[in-house]
Amino acid sequence: MNNIAITLHNFIIENFGIDINLSLAISYFLIALIFWSFLGVIGGLLTFLERRVAGRIQSRIGPNRVGPQGIFQMLADGIKLVLKEDLIPALADKPLFRMAPYLCVIGVFSALVVIPFSSDIVVADLNVGVLYALAITTMVVMGILMGSWASNNKWSLLGGLRSAAQIVSYEIPAALSVLSIVLITGSLSMQDIIRAQGAWPHQWFFFHNPGTFVAFFIFFTSALAENNRVPFDIPEAESELVAGYNTEYSGMRFSFFFLAEFANVFIISSLAVIFFFGGWQIPHFLISENHIITNIIMIANFLFKTFVFIFIVLWLRWTLPRLRVDQLMTMCWKYLIPISFICLCITASFVLFFGGKSMIAVFIGRITQ
Amino acid sequence: MEKRDHIETREEYRTKENEVQEWSAYQKLSDNVLFTSLDKILNLGRANSLWYLLFGTACCAIELMQTGGPRADLDRFGSVFRPTPRQCDLIIIAGTVTLKMASRIKILYDQMPEPKYVISMGSCANCGGLFDLGYSVLRGIDKVIPVDVYVPGCPPRPEALTEGLLVLQQKVKNEKFLVKEKKSI
Ligand code: SF4
Repeated sequence: MNNIAITLHNFIIENFGIDINLSLAISYFLIALIFWSFLGVIGGLLTFLERRVAGRIQSRIGPNRVGPQGIFQMLADGIKLVLKEDLIPALADKPLFRMAPYLCVIGVFSALVVIPFSSDIVVADLNVGVLYALAITTMVVMGILMGSWASNNKWSLLGGLRSAAQIVSYEIPAALSVLSIVLITGSLSMQDIIRAQGAWPHQWFFFHNPGTFVAFFIFFTSALAENNRVPFDIPEAESELVAGYNTEYSGMRFSFFFLAEFANVFIISSLAVIFFFGGWQIPHFLISENHIITNIIMIANFLFKTFVFIFIVLWLRWTLPRLRVDQLMTMCWKYLIPISFICLCITASFVLFFGGKSMIAVFIGRITQ
Repeated sequence: MEKRDHIETREEYRTKENEVQEWSAYQKLSDNVLFTSLDKILNLGRANSLWYLLFGTACCAIELMQTGGPRADLDRFGSVFRPTPRQCDLIIIAGTVTLKMASRIKILYDQMPEPKYVISMGSCANCGGLFDLGYSVLRGIDKVIPVDVYVPGCPPRPEALTEGLLVLQQKVKNEKFLVKEKKSI
């Protein structure tokens, strides 16, 4: 039972007795609806969280007028953005201009398919999960390029091209650093990767060997860069390009770009947790007979770890200055890619010589000998 | 607008009468409980997220930055700056407006999507202020774009601008959004 859509499908078949294909369609549709709205709410919540964290860091307060502590600020923003005039520039390429935000959102939200929230709750545990997650999030770059080209605005175009260069080049170190994880587990499925780790820090892949230890930092840096976050936010640098690729977007279409960006923060944080920090793994004594309670603890554990990383992303955003374009490319091609290759080699030799044991296990084994 | 001084024909008179009736129907509809409460919610949302344009023309802009800073913190009221006019609801004219700049401000204002609001900040933007006698100075931004709230002072303190924003929020809350007022009867 590792696929909730199938579980739901079986439930529908048993209780309502309708056509198999129809029930499959219904169950997948329902699951998609639930997960998409979950990510939508998370994305909205993150905008609020970001503003509060930014306020704290700059010794301000941040939004606190709408609802208790301003928690409904995202609703106010949402209402306003929906009611805004939907402006399409006269010289824009209209079909492309309309399509671009949806591509961005689809690219980010589809990554949710392979992210396991607990041992049972995952939409589809694909056997090429890692590959899928890395590939589908790159669809964002198509949306950004499309939108920037279609707006017929030089700031947009410059922002879009920068973003394309950035995302395409940072994809490589991200993939290479994940590859060292794949070397250890020998599987591309997210659930297998999590099952190969344990609940305690010494069982996480982060501490598995020196290679993965460094690989995590490379992965996190490149994931941040792929998401166009500060310190890599040159595609929307306010001081150079008015607002980058979304300069000409207003109202709801702009909010789609915005939502995609914040949903992506959640996605990269959860990927970091899954690859390096044990995902939903909980200690043995917390696993009880009751299936539901175990799952809830797992989800809570997973979300807690993810939110720690989300906080780190926001923290970085409001404390670091922005890199220049050439510095950005130098960092990727001259430093991150060679280092990630070295990490890969270290991990490979570690797996070869110590048979997949983690460095702490090896160390303890040496001592007790 | 062209003036019509000929006597209206009967048909024209009829259509006008119809419009008046339609208008009163709209009025009634807008007073409907459902519509008013929906309006209230929408207006609350709109009033609490007035994003302003990152734009200043003279010394008042320094005070505008200060208003966004730690002491006065406009973000508390849900107002953040956006660098592009396409995503703004509010333009704060902060500082002296020269004649050359006036046309640019008009363009910026036109680029903002509806519904949009204007705060005129400081004596210079209100009426020319200190540079009233200058050959190149526009005497009041309201000669170019419609202004919703005037904030007096040279420069207005951050508290004053905050008060201006709150007044604007009050104005937005009292608007009827769902039932648009018909402009020409
Ligand atoms: S009102 Fe005073 S402070 Fe503001 S722009 Fe004019 S001269 Fe400067």
